[in-house]
Amino acid sequence: MLGKLSLAAIPLDQPIPLAAGALVGVVLLCILGWIVLAGHLPYVWREWITSVDHKRIGIMYVIFALVMLLRGFTDAMMMRSQQALAFDAPGYLPPEHYNQIFSAHGTIMIFFVAMPFMIGLMNFVLPLQLGVRDVAFPTLNSVSFWLTCTGALLVNMSLVIGEFQRTGWLPYPPLSEITYSPGVGVDYWLWALSISGVGTLMTGVNFVTTILKMRAPGMSYLRMPMFCWTALATNLLIVAAFPILTAVSAMLILDRYLGFQFFTDTAGGNSMLFMSLIWAWGHPEVYILILPAFGIFSEVVSTFSGKPLFGYRSMVLATMAICMLAFMVWLHHFFTMGAGADVNGVFGIMSMVIAVPTGVKIFNWLFTMYGGSVRMSAAMLWSIGFMLTFVIGGMTGVLLAIPPVDFVMHNSTFLVAHFHNVIIGGVLFGAFAGYTYWFPKAFGFRLHEGWGKAAFWCWQIGFWLAFGPLYVTGLDGMTRRLQHYDVAEWRPWLLVALLGAITILAGIACQVVQLVVSIRHRDALRDMTGDPWDGRSLEWSTASPPPTFNFAVLPDVHGEEPYWSVKERARGQHTLPAAPHYEAIEVPHNSPTGFVCAFFATLIGFAMIWHIWWMAITGLVGAYATFVVFAWRDRTEDEIPAARVAEIDAANRRARNEALREMEYAS
Amino acid sequence: MSASTVAFAPPGPGTPSQAHDPYRLGRGSGSEDESTGHGAGGPSPKSIVVGFGFWIFILADIITFSTLFAAYGVLKDATAGGPTGAELFDRGSAALETTCLLLSSVACGLAMVALRMRSRFWFQFAMLATAVLGASFLSLEAREFAGLVSQGAGPGRSAFLSAFFTLVGCHGVHVTIGLLWLLTMMAQVAAKGFRADIVRRTTCWSLFWHALDIVWVGVFTVVYLMGLSA
Repeated sequence: MLGKLSLAAIPLDQPIPLAAGALVGVVLLCILGWIVLAGHLPYVWREWITSVDHKRIGIMYVIFALVMLLRGFTDAMMMRSQQALAFDAPGYLPPEHYNQIFSAHGTIMIFFVAMPFMIGLMNFVLPLQLGVRDVAFPTLNSVSFWLTCTGALLVNMSLVIGEFQRTGWLPYPPLSEITYSPGVGVDYWLWALSISGVGTLMTGVNFVTTILKMRAPGMSYLRMPMFCWTALATNLLIVAAFPILTAVSAMLILDRYLGFQFFTDTAGGNSMLFMSLIWAWGHPEVYILILPAFGIFSEVVSTFSGKPLFGYRSMVLATMAICMLAFMVWLHHFFTMGAGADVNGVFGIMSMVIAVPTGVKIFNWLFTMYGGSVRMSAAMLWSIGFMLTFVIGGMTGVLLAIPPVDFVMHNSTFLVAHFHNVIIGGVLFGAFAGYTYWFPKAFGFRLHEGWGKAAFWCWQIGFWLAFGPLYVTGLDGMTRRLQHYDVAEWRPWLLVALLGAITILAGIACQVVQLVVSIRHRDALRDMTGDPWDGRSLEWSTASPPPTFNFAVLPDVHGEEPYWSVKERARGQHTLPAAPHYEAIEVPHNSPTGFVCAFFATLIGFAMIWHIWWMAITGLVGAYATFVVFAWRDRTEDEIPAARVAEIDAANRRARNEALREMEYAS
Repeated sequence: MSASTVAFAPPGPGTPSQAHDPYRLGRGSGSEDESTGHGAGGPSPKSIVVGFGFWIFILADIITFSTLFAAYGVLKDATAGGPTGAELFDRGSAALETTCLLLSSVACGLAMVALRMRSRFWFQFAMLATAVLGASFLSLEAREFAGLVSQGAGPGRSAFLSAFFTLVGCHGVHVTIGLLWLLTMMAQVAAKGFRADIVRRTTCWSLFWHALDIVWVGVFTVVYLMGLSA
């Protein structure tokens, strides 16, 4: 009846996951209880869970990523403290638990922090920057979000029901085959990632279509803001790479469930096929994460330098070059496979070539700042911190791209330091810059600058304290994923690394405080104009938070920096353009399809992990029925009458008129 | 000048509508604009957006298949002492399967003609023909698979057979989903007629069905023809 599931699946002998699970459970119940008891449930259901508004979905993605960041960071603290203790000693985490922790840390940080953070920001910003009212497929967007939640739910369930995989963040065979990993850990990874991977693919399809087919009149390709370009590159990569992840996961599932022989290394199976395919997805994935961050930095640096982005066209070229090159370097993840000097040589050179367009970008940002009136806000600090940190991470990457060096460094903590250097210093700093930059657009008030800067300094210093030492121990021969060790020279460095992790913890604490302080003092931090940073692209031309329909009338785009030119014109003419002629606007009708679909997907995933076949079939039938019900609906859109549109836009125009008057008095 | 004092209203057009000016910008066809690059014409209508998005999805799906093709290419000689493709495949059965599937695509095309002519009877008739041909394809494939398993050449026998069953089976799963979708569309047209969103959805289904044919041409060539001639 319940497949492999029994009471023995709950790790009663391990206090740490149980306590953690209990804590998470209690917190969730408290939040749920509060929502229900305070009567917020109808609001949450109507305005958030069933919302198909890209802004709401974007905000939910970012909240989701921030919560998962706490989970992933807890894993990181456990690993750092274990390695600090486990010199000639067992430490406090038994090996089988420690192995689950580093596997979960990587999985969660990549799939459920970095990806949803970037996808959330793209969701929120893209239609606003493109000057349109929503993404191409609003309900599909909601399905994507909730499927991502399903994936995260399954991974977190493994904390208390069964176990997570112990193979590292990618289930490398033959270790991940049923012979060597008979438990459900690898299955949790496979089903969680297959389901959330489908959601990500749908996001890719949705955003590519949005960017290519839905832009404001006049916004030709070479007038799109840089963030839209990098988002286009990222989503093209998602569309081209995520099917490979789905296919390779399916192959491993078939190996484990039905005795196929893809990666078993027996009966002709070849585990290196897995490495090749998984990295054919995995390397583009790196650029899927970093390219939106590059876009965010472009927006932030240009805005806070008060200048157009330097070398816009070279930036577009560099972005698309990275998009192409992303698919030509995957073999550098397994140079040690021994493909031969010629193959390794080609891939080594291709890997180094990527440094060229990246370098173009760095110089463009520097030249954007050069001669500008740079405002050192928190968002700008994250951007400058990124440039300094990322360049060093990039250079250690070029080092690792040299095959003979890689043979020495492979699987060492030098590698660990390198990819954290680019992912924290690039992706996460970018996400935080974007979070700070667009927060006032989403909520109508700014984040507290002081706490934001404090968080930046803690992260920046903490990062170097935590990962600088790992470069050293890596050069000293320390391999990654060690549960204990007996080399005395590594110990002091690992203690420093723990200190670094604690400093980052302080940074996270600052961010929590920043959010609380900002919400409490939201009236003092309020931005009435919708344009708190003196922005240049269209998202700043609408109110903060933007109305459901984003723009009362579709903007008419006349240049690379549409909103900046509008402001220039208004300043010159001392008046706003005349009020436009308003018409009724149709916005997509809310739908619980995404949520219901994810519910059934969770059933399917859980049932497949535990071999509960009847439940899996129920889930499949339910998912199909959900789609049919959705397809059968008669009401697809709600209409906002022209009078209401005019009323909402009048408030926006009033605030901007006041801003114009104020500026004229000031001059 | 402080940041908060330079915010003005969004650009505001407001001239009466013109035939070639769907967004009422007063620009005529929009082509005399000084824009650089392409695509300055404003958001596309829904029929274009839906079809375009579905094309992107099909491209992604084809990448899934190309991954399976790649795995098949790597593993096709890894028979581990077991039977090879030349010993297992039956040219006649593969030809019959191909015929069924290609004819189903013809029927699908006719269904789309009927859709365009808004002829409910011929639409349902052609869709039914498509379904029958698709189901025949599936039953032939199921018979082939069952035959292989019964001779001890199941997917666990060798990596070659794992790759074969996965590639061909994945196509079969797609056809099954396509059939389910087909029946749903028949029901929907019967219940609601040729509503704009149903027409869009049916068009997407036909793209899907034809794409499965393209994939099958690849399967037929790479797996059956090349396997038999090896």
